[in-house]
Amino acid sequence: MKALREFVDKQKPHFEKGGRFEKLHSTFDAFETFLFVPNKVTTSGAHIRDAIDMKRTMIIVVLALIPPLLFGIWNVGYQHFLSHGMTPDFWPMIGFGLLKVLPIIIVSYVTGLAIEFAFAQARGHEVNEGFLVSGMLIPLVMPPDVPLWMVAVATAFAVIIGKEVFGGTGMNILNPALTARAFLFFAYPSEMSGDSVWIAEKADAFSGATPLGQLLVLDTDKLPTDWSMFLGTIPGSIGETSTIAILLGAIVLVATGIGSFRIMASVVAGGLVMGLLFNLWGANEYMNIPAYQHLIMGGFAFGTVYMATDPVSASQTNRGKLFYGFLIGFIAVLIRVFNPAYPEGMMLAILLMNVFAPLIDHYVIQSNVKKRLKRAKAVAA
Amino acid sequence: MKVDMSTVTKIKKGLDIKLIGEAEKTIKDLVTDQFAIKPTDFIGVFPKLLVKEGDTVKAGTPIFKDKYRDNIVFSSQVSGKIKEIKRGAKRVLLEIKIEADGKDEAIDFKAEDPKTLDREKIIQKLLDSGVWPFIRQRPYSVIANPADNPKAIFISTFDTAPLAPDNDLIVHGHGEAFQTGIDALSKLTNGKIHLNIDANATHSKVFTNSKGVQINQFSGPHPAGNVGVQINKIDPLNKGEVIWYLYPQDVLAIGRLFATGRYDASRVVALTGSEVLRPAYYKTKIGAAIEPLVKGNVSDTEKRFISGNVLTGTKIDLDGYMSFYHTQATVIPEGNYYELFGWALPGFNKFSVSKSFPSFLFKNKKYRLDTNYHGGERALVMTGEYEKVFPFDIYPMQLIKAIMVEDIDLMENLGIYEVDEEDFALCEVIDTSKTNIQEIIRRGLDLMRKEMS
Repeated sequence: MKALREFVDKQKPHFEKGGRFEKLHSTFDAFETFLFVPNKVTTSGAHIRDAIDMKRTMIIVVLALIPPLLFGIWNVGYQHFLSHGMTPDFWPMIGFGLLKVLPIIIVSYVTGLAIEFAFAQARGHEVNEGFLVSGMLIPLVMPPDVPLWMVAVATAFAVIIGKEVFGGTGMNILNPALTARAFLFFAYPSEMSGDSVWIAEKADAFSGATPLGQLLVLDTDKLPTDWSMFLGTIPGSIGETSTIAILLGAIVLVATGIGSFRIMASVVAGGLVMGLLFNLWGANEYMNIPAYQHLIMGGFAFGTVYMATDPVSASQTNRGKLFYGFLIGFIAVLIRVFNPAYPEGMMLAILLMNVFAPLIDHYVIQSNVKKRLKRAKAVAA
Repeated sequence: MKVDMSTVTKIKKGLDIKLIGEAEKTIKDLVTDQFAIKPTDFIGVFPKLLVKEGDTVKAGTPIFKDKYRDNIVFSSQVSGKIKEIKRGAKRVLLEIKIEADGKDEAIDFKAEDPKTLDREKIIQKLLDSGVWPFIRQRPYSVIANPADNPKAIFISTFDTAPLAPDNDLIVHGHGEAFQTGIDALSKLTNGKIHLNIDANATHSKVFTNSKGVQINQFSGPHPAGNVGVQINKIDPLNKGEVIWYLYPQDVLAIGRLFATGRYDASRVVALTGSEVLRPAYYKTKIGAAIEPLVKGNVSDTEKRFISGNVLTGTKIDLDGYMSFYHTQATVIPEGNYYELFGWALPGFNKFSVSKSFPSFLFKNKKYRLDTNYHGGERALVMTGEYEKVFPFDIYPMQLIKAIMVEDIDLMENLGIYEVDEEDFALCEVIDTSKTNIQEIIRRGLDLMRKEMS
């Protein structure tokens, strides 16, 4: 450790003001603080500080993404071989999955981090750690057969248009990973929907439709069992299929207090309420599916745990989070059942509520302001 | 007056940070002749010096006054000689150092029973003697304006900050002076004097038998002892209103002024912190030098000396002095070290409110915390963190952001009059983004004060 520290200290002057590589200061800082928690001490305010920092926070979210990632890798292999009528051993499936998923992850991180570093450098800021999470979220919401160049384009769009133009981390309105997903959906619809994209190198004869796809054409009898949807042995985006893997991640996020349980619970409540309302209406077979099935199909669980809880794009007040979450679940199911063009409603529901989150907060805060004004008036009277 | 034992205001949100180095409950005498007054202790005061180096002073001799409120003077706490007038950048007055001569001479302001005096006379005596600065006001935490008539006076008798001194111990045997102080204060407001006690820990009869006050009971974690929290729960501040506040030893100083006619700046200070070998209480005077206090009683590591507590105290050097309002000194290790992969390792010994470190499993563990930031400053990303340690009906992050963009109306609407920087200290400690929140709140308060004057 000492030798490493000495090496870093020796290089440091080159990257500081007046140094040879002054222009790469942010990059150097990012690597240095990756290796070492800085020696900076408090100079104003509280003399002691909590051990938590942004790196710790983000690494825990990445940790929480590991279960759906691992399952996704296996499932990409499993679905591929299944479509060809083969049932190989565990490792070939993992091998095929890695071959498909790893390049997507690498492209996402390399593209995103390169842009993040460039912006941090241009602004003279530190590199924010937020992309450590976004860079993992983006691959997990992609179909397994997505062309790599699309991943790169979508990531670049999400980071630049979704985040940096608003001023960078903490200022964005929309969730960056979902922005990437939405961009691809609207720019390249044929590669991002239909029955052929959800299984990597699928055999042509095999259906490959996701449960939501089947429901859209009211093929309720072809729906997989609840158990396989809960387990995740169904076609879909890389990380979204396994509800149980996502639940594991949710436990990590809730136990560490880093993901908002308030939001997760209210999204689920919203989805169930809308599902039950449809049950009451019951105009077609889709409306009649049990409400809980909405929670284990498509991106509902993934969106609930990892996307809706993004603190920057969610409501920021505790009460606002309840409305925000509820409406996401509610609208997601609404879009699923009503929108003929697009089987999945979760992405659009979250993006929509991202836009409305500040408005929800505004009303929550206004009620606090009014209470204060009323109190002052009561005294004056 | 009456103690309503049935109602206890429970503070639910907050945090008790458990540190090593609590003072043993014995009071020793501190022998020193080095003292100072630091004009920087007084928010918003522009000092106009009334003495020069070499002048002889008595306890109660005016040392400087506020340029813009020149009836507010600041007096010498001892008899002796002005040893040095220390200035900083732009000739800012930092310290007026006074060497005590041990003669203990004091100006006689006349002993009088405050019950026989009217409001004007009491105020005049407090102003003349330099005792007035003990009385501060909310909003803004500045020295009270003698021309105001506050809607109430608040006295917090208990301190919930880390390693805070035990006021029960400090006021023991000073019941008469305390009551005399209360008697004087009761002439200063048409409203109530709220004497706030800890429902579980305050037992001193000095407090519970006080007359002419309303005793309010509080329970819960820090910041339950903050006067701002108590005001918020008992009699919240509205725009245009003023509340005055003091702490027990300030009341004693007022009581002694009326009882003896002297400005008696005696003060018991708790010497605390993990780097103190034998933490204890010391009897001295306001503004004592820190070196004789810690000499031979601290560890060999690189240390930070703090006048006050770890949340809100002032960093001082070894040749520095205690601040006017502080009743505690804390010594903790400096944290200027690098830590390889510190953010990624499990971190069994790390203090964190978040449950991302395993230490949350050991609730009663006491920590030896240093001054390291444990990370770099980042954008405000996380939400819902501050709310866990902030017991006001106020949206903390929204108020902080309103101050950052200097939106005066929004700051007012969000309740800036009701808070002080110390109320945000815990938010600052637990903040993932490592923002210096207290500094921001102070900036907001200063901005409001300027706007309103």
